[in-house]
Amino acid sequence: MKRAISKVAAPLWGAILALGVASLAPAMVHAESLKVAGIFETPIEEPWVTQIHQALLKGQKELDLDYTWSESVKSADFSRVMREYAEKGYKLIMGDAFGAERIARRVARDYPDVAFVFGSGIGPADPNFGVFDNWIHEPAYLSGMIAGRMTKSNTIGVVGGIAIPEINRLSNAFCSGAKEVNDKVKCKFSFIGSFFDPPKAKEAAIAQIEAGVDVIYAERFGVVEAAQEKKILAISNMSDQASLGPDTVITGPVWDMWPTVKHVVSLVRAGVFTAQDFGGFSYMGKGGAYLAPYHKFEAKLPGDVKKMVADRQAEILDGTFRVDVNEGTPRSD
Amino acid sequence: MDEILAQVFQVGFFAAMIRIATPLLFATIGELYAERSGVLNLGIEGIMLLSAMTGFSAAYFSGSLWLGVCAALLTGVLAGALMGLLTVTFGLSQHVSGLGLTLLASGLAFFFYRVIFGQQSTPPNIVAFKPVAIPLLSDIPLIGPVLFNQYALVYWALLLVPLTAFILYRTPWGLHLRTVGESPHAADSAGVSVAKIRYQALMVSGALMSVGGAFLSMAQFNAFTFGVISGRGWICIALVVFGQWKPWRSAMAAFLFAFIDALQLRLQASAVIDVPYQVFLMMPYVLTIVTMALLSRNARVPAALLTPFRKEER
Repeated sequence: MKRAISKVAAPLWGAILALGVASLAPAMVHAESLKVAGIFETPIEEPWVTQIHQALLKGQKELDLDYTWSESVKSADFSRVMREYAEKGYKLIMGDAFGAERIARRVARDYPDVAFVFGSGIGPADPNFGVFDNWIHEPAYLSGMIAGRMTKSNTIGVVGGIAIPEINRLSNAFCSGAKEVNDKVKCKFSFIGSFFDPPKAKEAAIAQIEAGVDVIYAERFGVVEAAQEKKILAISNMSDQASLGPDTVITGPVWDMWPTVKHVVSLVRAGVFTAQDFGGFSYMGKGGAYLAPYHKFEAKLPGDVKKMVADRQAEILDGTFRVDVNEGTPRSD
Repeated sequence: MDEILAQVFQVGFFAAMIRIATPLLFATIGELYAERSGVLNLGIEGIMLLSAMTGFSAAYFSGSLWLGVCAALLTGVLAGALMGLLTVTFGLSQHVSGLGLTLLASGLAFFFYRVIFGQQSTPPNIVAFKPVAIPLLSDIPLIGPVLFNQYALVYWALLLVPLTAFILYRTPWGLHLRTVGESPHAADSAGVSVAKIRYQALMVSGALMSVGGAFLSMAQFNAFTFGVISGRGWICIALVVFGQWKPWRSAMAAFLFAFIDALQLRLQASAVIDVPYQVFLMMPYVLTIVTMALLSRNARVPAALLTPFRKEER
């Protein structure tokens, strides 16, 4: 009986929380914490997955999530692991479904009371399968503007993993940002054919640098090291990676999953979760993407470059400038 | 076309080729020792990964890269001995044992990496090996910077090929090893311990693979990450076959693969040939297979490969 009451009460309290009353008595509200599971195809060291994992870890503290995760879950195991968590009473299951898009949607249908929110290259599916993605093309564009101004050889490069829409739109945004501020710029693109092979990414970067590239966008791990060795400038990706090369990494797009996680959790707590595309929460306007701090380059970047970036950033945040999404496979100029 | 030629015939291109070839050389020659003794060592991918991890960790904590290489070597020797236990002492299927060893070693690599370093958003790194210029020789135009301004382990790899050819064809141990791989019963009748030679071959094989793995996490790159091996071990299995189980030819196969890989990375950036990038990525595999298929038509497989030796059986 007591259980039944708390079951009814939890979503009710959640709804109150969503209405903003939470600030009155935050500690009292969560009679029980929300059980959240993460399912990742790769080890969590993979940069993309790291960002989701970090946001959920933050939620563990700040949103009172009861968070556990499974990593390196291959496509063949994906449905089993999803079902295990759903059967164990997890209310929200997040992860990346790129290698198991169909499987994930099929399993979700069997558990209508559980919210599934996965990184995905395609759309949401009713009733309970929401999607997100790293829509960080806006800071990628801003990084491109910096690259376009900082290049002396008028040749900039991108080393990417595999030409999938997500990687293409970042690469294209980077290049168009550079071309907007410098019409002489040539962009070079290389793909290494896998998502994680740092030695190969490094070799691909060295090949570009030897072909004249002097500002390089490290879409993958391994590129910054090449830039550092060859003493050129780099733009990092996904997280603030200045620590990899303080004198090499100018800045770079950062993906922050926190707004997505916060929003999804509030929906689930309120009992109003529906299948949606949460991609918008990864845009700059929502705080889901931003340009990494300049660190050492605060002093090294010319003032007019910083001003140009700040102005454009303000326009993006105001909604008066929109960075085009181009998911076509980029070709070297 | 001129742009391609200009990019190819420069020091950086050949230096990249040598760098890409080095881990392949170590692992290919390692695999060669095992297979010439009659054991297919499919543990290669896992041994490389685990050694990349142990080597990196030892270097990280001791601050000494060479201690890291020693740790990797030890890992490789132990893994080779384990492979020996499974395939020589127990006489189990070499395919199953090898794949099992790869799964075990990969699992151990990730497990201990996580235990040691925890979960960090940027991987911890070390100051990797720096290229060492050999005095005088490195001043020779073109050849100097390509061959004699490389990581120390590259020189090892380059010396390994003639050394292996010498050991296999000019020493009693090499003769025993080849005999054990061709006709273990003949070797046994001649008083050679088949088990001992195969164990030794597997430990040498593991040791060499381990240096290949350590090269990737300590010289070519400066951190251990998952994906640091990315199937390079499997490529080496094919390179041994293409090399007709001979050291020089296997090394040539490795160099050919590395040559085309370095070339395709430059072609992708040059935009001279407008084809989907996947075609470039395919090139090393396709061209190596085609070339070697044409050149390796009279290859001879070690006759006892895949066959466990049991003294009483005929």
